[in-house]
Amino acid sequence: MTEPSFWAGPIGWTILASLQALAVIMGVMVSLAFLLWGDRKVWAGVQMRKGPNVVGPFGLFQSFADFFKFLFKEVIIPAGADKPVFLLAPLLTFILAFMSWAVIPFAPGWVGSDINVGILYLFAISSLGVYGIIMGGWASNSKYPFLGGLRSAAQMVSYEVSLGFIIITVVLLAGSMNLTEIVDAQGAGFWNWNFLGGGGLLGLGIIKLPIMFGMMIMFYISALAETNRPPFDLPEAESELVAGYQVEYSSTPYLLFMIGEYANIVLMCAMITLLFFGGWHSPIPMDSFVAPGTIWFNLISLGWFVLKVVFWFIMFAIAKAIVPRYRYDQLMRLGWKIFLPTSLGAVVLIAAYRVFGGDF
Amino acid sequence: MSVLAIAFYLLATVTVFSGAMVILSKNPVHSVLFLILAFFNAAGLFVLMGAEFLAMLLVVVYVGAVAVLFLFVVMMLDVDFVKLRKGFASYLPIGGVVGTFLLVELVLIVNAVATRGAAAGKGPKVYGPEMSNIEDIGRVLYTDYVYLFQAAGLVLLVSMIGAIVLTLQHRTHVKRQDIHEQTTRRRKDAVKIVSVKSGEGIQIPEDINK
Repeated sequence: MTEPSFWAGPIGWTILASLQALAVIMGVMVSLAFLLWGDRKVWAGVQMRKGPNVVGPFGLFQSFADFFKFLFKEVIIPAGADKPVFLLAPLLTFILAFMSWAVIPFAPGWVGSDINVGILYLFAISSLGVYGIIMGGWASNSKYPFLGGLRSAAQMVSYEVSLGFIIITVVLLAGSMNLTEIVDAQGAGFWNWNFLGGGGLLGLGIIKLPIMFGMMIMFYISALAETNRPPFDLPEAESELVAGYQVEYSSTPYLLFMIGEYANIVLMCAMITLLFFGGWHSPIPMDSFVAPGTIWFNLISLGWFVLKVVFWFIMFAIAKAIVPRYRYDQLMRLGWKIFLPTSLGAVVLIAAYRVFGGDF
Repeated sequence: MSVLAIAFYLLATVTVFSGAMVILSKNPVHSVLFLILAFFNAAGLFVLMGAEFLAMLLVVVYVGAVAVLFLFVVMMLDVDFVKLRKGFASYLPIGGVVGTFLLVELVLIVNAVATRGAAAGKGPKVYGPEMSNIEDIGRVLYTDYVYLFQAAGLVLLVSMIGAIVLTLQHRTHVKRQDIHEQTTRRRKDAVKIVSVKSGEGIQIPEDINK
């Protein structure tokens, strides 16, 4: 650049950043529509049903039909509800779900904001997600939503702890909290991905393999609990609590809850991909086929990222279809008595390896 | 006015406003929600100062965990709002005294920072300009202040154990769940096939419920 262009100035920068954010949000929203369809198809497939198959080819546009159905219905606010909080809760869920996407690197260099504490930011924002549910449950001024809200508060706080420790093992391996650096540390082939220990497995490094593989599975289960997905969907538990915190919600507020919830699920899939599955890297290095840094390389990388996220989303969908719901005390026991000590032990082992293993 | 200044004044205003609303709002749940807003904006102020690690910690620890428990408890309390506001006049003097003390201390601290601390141009201890502030904090905590850091950890551990000791009580005559016993229970421990002679019945053993 010869002279400071308009796009480098404050106004140009703001326009560019807004456009980037808009592109990410629209991309996530549109892919959510099809992922939701895929979720229902997987669920239907397991139960030997056809699933949505009327709107559009293979029922692909079912989500859009549902979207408009929700939009055009009447918003009902219960008489005894705390109106501002009642309406704030779904908005909060929705906004927080999309705030997290700001730091997700989709391909080399394709990231909204490449901050140093990226993974911590993700963790912080996802830990705020509980407020939407508690506020919605409390503001509804009704028993079932309130019980659902209380359950979710305890559940999400419990699983955050083990999620945090699992993230720390990855941070220790990568030596950075920057998501781009975490992904780059897993480059050059799938044997360097964190779920297989992040490379350097010769000699003492082999102890990383079982630890990190276990951490991946625990992250997956904790993510199910953190996003209130079955088998841990106790805040909703339709057989006990009708629909938990969502009982009093209808129309657009319900839609916001729904979109926020699914955006969080896809975010968790993206997090597993970034932390354990090498992010945008292809399983076999593709540098010799496509020159790194070109637009094609980035597009193929994006393709790999999306493919891995979809794989994890299908794992989420299958878990929903085939695993029965946990009882509440079993959930708490799993979180505090099994996941917490195990992940803490893994942190100690990985930290000890980083100090005494001598591979850096 | 630069973008930073606008951001600062916005965050500071919201922080002070929500701080005031914590004590002014009638509904205690609203108070906690405003407290959360204040925490969140304080995190924003940390980011403006370049302390993004502390900002994220503030959000994770205070907003994500401590305030959730606050909210949890406040929501479950059966609060009578009218009664709550009745004692306002009688608590005013003691509240005023505590408030005055806090104000004086704040002024003293701000004064000290302005004359001798970071604001006087001495700046914080920096190990290297290329390091992120996570590494800086880690270096300081685990080298210069490692004993104090460990002591703080011990204090937390003791308080955690104290809380458990205070609340955990093993009452007798209460059936407790033993997960190990439940999952290792086999058919032969629980079921016994008895051929009952017609017209006689059987004697159920005393320890059937054990």
